[in-house]
Amino acid sequence: MTFNLGPVVLVLLFAVVPIIGIFLGLNSPGLRSRIPIWVAVFAGLIPILAMYIPKGFLSGQTGMSQRMDDWLIILAGFALLLGIVNVLQNNFKKVARRDSGWFYSVVLLIGLFVTGGAGIYGAVTKIGIGFNPDGSPTPFKYLTDWFFQPLQSTIFALLAFFMASAAFRAFRARNVEATILLVAAGLVMVGRVPILELLAVPFPSLHASAASASQAMGKLTEWIMDVPNGAAQSGIIIGAALGAASMALRVILGIERGYLGLGKGE
Amino acid sequence: MKSAGCITLIGLFLAANVFAAPIDAPATPPPDLPLPQNLIAKDKPGDSGGAVVLRWTDPASLPAGAEIEVLRAEPPANEWQPLDKVPAGTGTYTDTSAKDGTAYRYGVRTSLAAADSAGAVSVAASTSAPVVSEPVSSHDNWFKIERTNSFVASILFVIIILGSIQVARSGKEIFIRRIPGLNAIDEAIGRATEVGKKVMYIPGIQSMDEIQTVASVAILGNVARSTARYGTDLDVPNKDPLTFASAREVVRSAYLAEGRPDLFREEMVNYVTYDQFAFTAAVSARMTREKPAAIFLIGYFFAESLILAETGQSTGAIQIAGQADPTQLPFFVATCDYTLIGEELYAASAYLTREPVLLGSIRGQDIAKGILILIAIIGVVLVSIHVLDLSPFLRTQ
Repeated sequence: MTFNLGPVVLVLLFAVVPIIGIFLGLNSPGLRSRIPIWVAVFAGLIPILAMYIPKGFLSGQTGMSQRMDDWLIILAGFALLLGIVNVLQNNFKKVARRDSGWFYSVVLLIGLFVTGGAGIYGAVTKIGIGFNPDGSPTPFKYLTDWFFQPLQSTIFALLAFFMASAAFRAFRARNVEATILLVAAGLVMVGRVPILELLAVPFPSLHASAASASQAMGKLTEWIMDVPNGAAQSGIIIGAALGAASMALRVILGIERGYLGLGKGE
Repeated sequence: MKSAGCITLIGLFLAANVFAAPIDAPATPPPDLPLPQNLIAKDKPGDSGGAVVLRWTDPASLPAGAEIEVLRAEPPANEWQPLDKVPAGTGTYTDTSAKDGTAYRYGVRTSLAAADSAGAVSVAASTSAPVVSEPVSSHDNWFKIERTNSFVASILFVIIILGSIQVARSGKEIFIRRIPGLNAIDEAIGRATEVGKKVMYIPGIQSMDEIQTVASVAILGNVARSTARYGTDLDVPNKDPLTFASAREVVRSAYLAEGRPDLFREEMVNYVTYDQFAFTAAVSARMTREKPAAIFLIGYFFAESLILAETGQSTGAIQIAGQADPTQLPFFVATCDYTLIGEELYAASAYLTREPVLLGSIRGQDIAKGILILIAIIGVVLVSIHVLDLSPFLRTQ
């Protein structure tokens, strides 16, 4: 039997150290507030070390880094339960108090219980949430296919209308920057669709000229997207990457505590 | 009758085996195939184990269709087992099926594949005895050599950041340019207070393993402190359960820190659903019904960014957005009053708290950016005048 260092270190760092810290921190709030910082420091350091150290216990398939990813999934599962409890609490309260829009909460609760019940029914009867043995959909599948997915698609489809209204607002030539945006957007739109060929359809003598102009517009569009747009995007990406690295370093060093609800000196 | 039948059968047999033209080409004697040379087997450097790299030199002249057959002998039997065949000229092979700690011997030999008229490939000839390596075992390593450039850059970055933090700790004034989006936070909350409506804060739809969400939750702490100070209602709908748990703690702590725990309600930070568009529908509906006076869309958003921002815009709320991913940024720029672009999102925490240590790290980040810009300019110049292409040194693996 070989000794596996990874799980032992993980248990030490994420179970033993916090538990000892909680006990010691019972009489010392300062120490208690440091425990999450230490957990964040360990959790941040392990994946970074795994980037450069290919030792099996750290970055192997069952190494510490991979195990931490698995732990995250387990944690998220428990947190989801917490979320469901919160949804139930908030909506039951809303209905009980007859807050404004309480009937939406009733619809939500009915949806939650009916869908959840259909899922539990599938689990209890061991049919699952796909199809029955005779090929017909299970109640859960029926609900997702005939209620949930059409609703999802409806919300997604709204994007087209919102895009049009946002474009209308953005492309108004209020100042120099907006005018440049308008011109660039107009050129890109013309370059992406064969509008010149379409306009030249009634005039056969212009077909050849329209085709070559359309090709030129296509090249101009590519240039706009690759050069000015690509350069701006690269600038944002480089800045954001450095910002993210700096933020990560602040978290790992325990300097950044805002995400834990701790301020200066806490 | 019987004898006539026998004669017919014998005749058919002779016709099929003696007089008929042969189907396959006559077997040619195996050519004298030369052996590969200088076989070296080594553990693959910089990996997590389980791999051995073989290198050899092919013989000078090989007939067309020749291949190099790789064999492995494993203790205790030490019998040769074929591993793979590689075309001549490859000169290298990586065995990724090795067990760490097992001492293997590897062998390579030349083989010549031939196809018969039916197209079936068979080994027409091969050198019988392979060239054999020294025993070798795979193991995990201590450093990924191919990431040396990234490692050096990371160390330099850490030194610059720590140095800048040290400078900031010494009390030196650090200038950070004005970020309108962050200056507008108090203005937005003040406006919500004036009109007696709530502030809505959406920390994106990603989990706490996304650094943008971490930055957003840190900003949420500052927003919650302001709402606690002004006594304004706050609503934080969440899509991710881990972000929800974290956001609730941050808001609760902010109200405690401002001495207003009485104003904190559990339902201020609420969970909606894990589905992207169901979340979008629920939050959009809430915006339309409750008409918050200020909406913060800070964190990682995907397709729902425009739906949320446009709905918020239609309610007349002052909107402040923040995102580091350029794909959704144009939507926020077009729709929101203020947008934190890229690095501004990560600088928000330092900017709002004005803590010297955090400001120092922002300064260090700017120095690193300056160095990168310099390297980019030098690289462009060098490659343009055909002196040196820096890209192989800068590429991360």
